Amino acid sequence: MKAIVNIFLKEGVLDPQGKAIHHALDAMNFEGVEDVRMGKQIVLQLTSTNKEEALKEVEKMAEEILANTVIEDYTIELI
Amino acid sequence: MKHVAILQFPGTNCDLDTKYAFEKLGCSTTIVWHKESSIPNNIDLVVVPGGFSYGDYLRSGAIAQFSPIMKAVVEYANAGGKVLGICNGFQILTEIGLLPGALKRNIGLHFISKFQTLKVINNSNTFLQKCNKDEVLNVPIAHADGNYYIDELAFKELEENEQILLRYSNEKGDPIVVNGSVTSIAGVCNKSKNVFGLMPHPERALETILGSSDGIKMLEGLIA
Repeated sequence: MKAIVNIFLKEGVLDPQGKAIHHALDAMNFEGVEDVRMGKQIVLQLTSTNKEEALKEVEKMAEEILANTVIEDYTIELI
Repeated sequence: MKHVAILQFPGTNCDLDTKYAFEKLGCSTTIVWHKESSIPNNIDLVVVPGGFSYGDYLRSGAIAQFSPIMKAVVEYANAGGKVLGICNGFQILTEIGLLPGALKRNIGLHFISKFQTLKVINNSNTFLQKCNKDEVLNVPIAHADGNYYIDELAFKELEENEQILLRYSNEKGDPIVVNGSVTSIAGVCNKSKNVFGLMPHPERALETILGSSDGIKMLEGLIA
């Protein structure tokens, strides 16, 4: 099983990298982009076959190290 | 004589500057490798120096917080021991939760390396006791992730408890935007005022001939 962890700065926390990308898109005349947020994706190859257990374990990983919950939110997708 | 322990992680690069600084101030120093699980006896101050621990992978300071020595640092701090985190050391101390807030990428995305004027906001703590309130110091900064973030509620608490140590300022002491930090914060301490963190490098400001000696009165407070 694979776990895909997506990590983004929380809503309301200014994202300087997203802002720079937005500026670049504007400068290249791409229209219709309202906001850009940049995050990171961490893909974990798991040995577990139990989805419920895996989710619990990956949540723990995200809380303890993968994300800094003072400034970041995360989502977990299991496939 | 005061004894200072200086931590060393893979990627730390200010350990020897920090050692030089505290020895110049008359202290004995011990470099402590991050794989150690305890802090030597009779240590008066633990310094988490600057650098790029673990290559800044994941987030600056994120991986170093799990090195064995950090458990001992938390115990030492919780028992009232003095801890100073400089630059990457500040990032590590926020990641592990000894200091409030977090450090994000600089607002302009650039690595900023230059002398920077700072205003002393609170000196009712051991670290800045030798500096005057509202005094303007000149100290080098060198970081890419120094954009201090804290939510509004926690910020109010910081302000009320006089935990804000320094702000980036112009020469007159007016706050200026350097890296996007909330209210230009450059350094903070914990509520019990024994754990200190700042992005600027006082250990690089020891000689007037090299630009500034303002770092001396900052570091002196911790070993007074």
